[in-house]
Amino acid sequence: MSAQPKSLFEKVWDAHAVRTLANGQTQLLIGTHLIHEVTSPQAFGMLRDLGLKVAFPHRTFATVDHIVPTNELVEPYKDNLAQAMMDELRKNCAQFGVTFFDRASGKQGIVHIVGPEQGITQPGTTIACGDSHTSTHGAFGAIAFGIGTSQVRDVLATQTMALGALKVRRIEVNGKLRPGVYAKDVILHIIRLTGVNGGTGFAYEYAGSTFDGFSMEERMTVCNMSIEGGARVGYVNPDETTFAYLKGRPYSPTGAAWDAAVARWRSFASDAGCRYDDVMVIDAADIAPSVTWGINPGQGISINENIPSPETAASDDDRAGIIEALAYMKLPAGQPIKGTKINVAFLGSCTNGRLSDFQEVAKYIQGRKVAPGVRAIAVPGSQIVALQCEKLGLDKILAEAGFEWRAAGCSMCLAMNPDKLIGDELCASSSNRNFKGRQGSITGRTVLMSPVMVAAAAVTGVVADAREVFAVN
Amino acid sequence: MALAKITSVIGRGVYVPGNDIDTDRIIPARFMKCVVFDGLGEFLFYDVRHTPEGVPTGHPIDKPEHKGATVLLSGANFGCGSSREHAPQAIHKAGFRAVIAENFAEIFFGNSTTLGIPCVNATREDIAKVSAAIEANPALEIIVDVAAREVRFGGEKIAITQRESARDALVNGRWDAIGDLIDGLPAVQATAAGLPYMAVA
Repeated sequence: MSAQPKSLFEKVWDAHAVRTLANGQTQLLIGTHLIHEVTSPQAFGMLRDLGLKVAFPHRTFATVDHIVPTNELVEPYKDNLAQAMMDELRKNCAQFGVTFFDRASGKQGIVHIVGPEQGITQPGTTIACGDSHTSTHGAFGAIAFGIGTSQVRDVLATQTMALGALKVRRIEVNGKLRPGVYAKDVILHIIRLTGVNGGTGFAYEYAGSTFDGFSMEERMTVCNMSIEGGARVGYVNPDETTFAYLKGRPYSPTGAAWDAAVARWRSFASDAGCRYDDVMVIDAADIAPSVTWGINPGQGISINENIPSPETAASDDDRAGIIEALAYMKLPAGQPIKGTKINVAFLGSCTNGRLSDFQEVAKYIQGRKVAPGVRAIAVPGSQIVALQCEKLGLDKILAEAGFEWRAAGCSMCLAMNPDKLIGDELCASSSNRNFKGRQGSITGRTVLMSPVMVAAAAVTGVVADAREVFAVN
Repeated sequence: MALAKITSVIGRGVYVPGNDIDTDRIIPARFMKCVVFDGLGEFLFYDVRHTPEGVPTGHPIDKPEHKGATVLLSGANFGCGSSREHAPQAIHKAGFRAVIAENFAEIFFGNSTTLGIPCVNATREDIAKVSAAIEANPALEIIVDVAAREVRFGGEKIAITQRESARDALVNGRWDAIGDLIDGLPAVQATAAGLPYMAVA
């Protein structure tokens, strides 16, 4: 008798389910807890109030990313509030025995970049972090949840949280992406299809030959933005690419334990014939370089499409959404998005702040110059990414082109540090959210796109088709 | 610690129209530079309530007739975006004790429930009905009856839905799971012991 085929989600869930709570939710063990300075201080405060300690300090890892200035390395920072958050995290980690990848460690960076590069993020595990982009870690076949501060407290105090099971939607993308089309375009395409709430209640399993061929960094880019389509969790089944990435990382198992871990990790992959609550199939050839035109990540089009017009809206909701978005974005209905003037180019974030992102940009931008009047910054996702780029001279190529090369952090993705848009500046951005005011100015405008498209916008001064600008074919 | 049984929320209402109201709009990121949640209430919807120059825009929650409202009504996918608990904290600290919307983003919903803020779903037509009644009479008493799954106002009522685990947690006073989770710690140790990666290196 063979066991019922199960999805990775079910297997990981079952392996970590502690017990059923009175309200029907599951007390779920969270194997790995990642924390940062913005959503953890209140949680530590609650622990103190309740007289509790961290239950599994060796499974909790901290770094600082949201508030760190990227052009100021010496403390105290000019921003007293940022310094206070830094001090608080340092104090909390010391007092509760938590490993802190501080700037002095050389391992600091955006929490979703640090976990994987340290080998902390592993297949078949559960991960939580007080940040909605925690879904990034699903690229390794982990089930990774973005949580609020009260749940950060729960995980600190008990290494568990109360959760209801999710449905699983398999999103299969098959075939080879066309030249100039990237993982970022894949996820923008998916969100355009589902809308920003189509994933509510689901965990996404990304699969198909396109994902099989993706590097870990490409898989992370897609999983990262699952939440932008409403899905709290997104994952890719672990395979040889996953294991090759993890081999030799600081927190990866070694020797005989490595072989045992790989065998175990492999066993978590979804079984053939397992049940999915929903399936979506996408042809990779249908995906074009994509950009957003509106105020949520679902408001996207391919670079050669026109900005939507209220008249052609599919529904009343859609019409209201278009009117609100175009008023905020100050974009003309029915006109090409291509040629829209930009003021700022931002390369970085937990979505696209990894080595391969900068490598790809450097490949095309070498010998080109950022257009006059465009402010361009490149922010590596971690100190290690920065070092990798610097070893390859990518920082110099970018600087030569006119990008400011900064220190690691979240930076202008959400502008909790000094990197902000000013007034109604329009930013070509490799980040993940184009909400009103997201990049630090209440009238600032964001157009999301892949890093190479950001580079194309930077050198032309307008939203452009990178395939034309860089003669990609 | 015993938690209150939240079976209903009674008070005046205010309607904030719009779909996909994200957590950046509920509480802009710059107000999260804090190590406590105190004081977040005044920054609720700040950038919608003020012009870039800081002049009030006449947002519904600032209208004198809606001062002291405790029931917030809105559209679809309320609370999408970031996982910041600062969003429901700001809503709570601004005095709101329940939110009625067409539906909610997942993380926001969970965060709110954990703070004892019922987030209940109603149809667009029914939300329009309640907001029209509020507009006609801002002092109207709105009763969000979580236990009975209905909202009553001025002799009328509409049906509401809510995920059963959340409803159960609210009406039975177990919306903050920490006590239950701590009770389970021996079982947690047993589960962890079966997972190689949980071992101390």
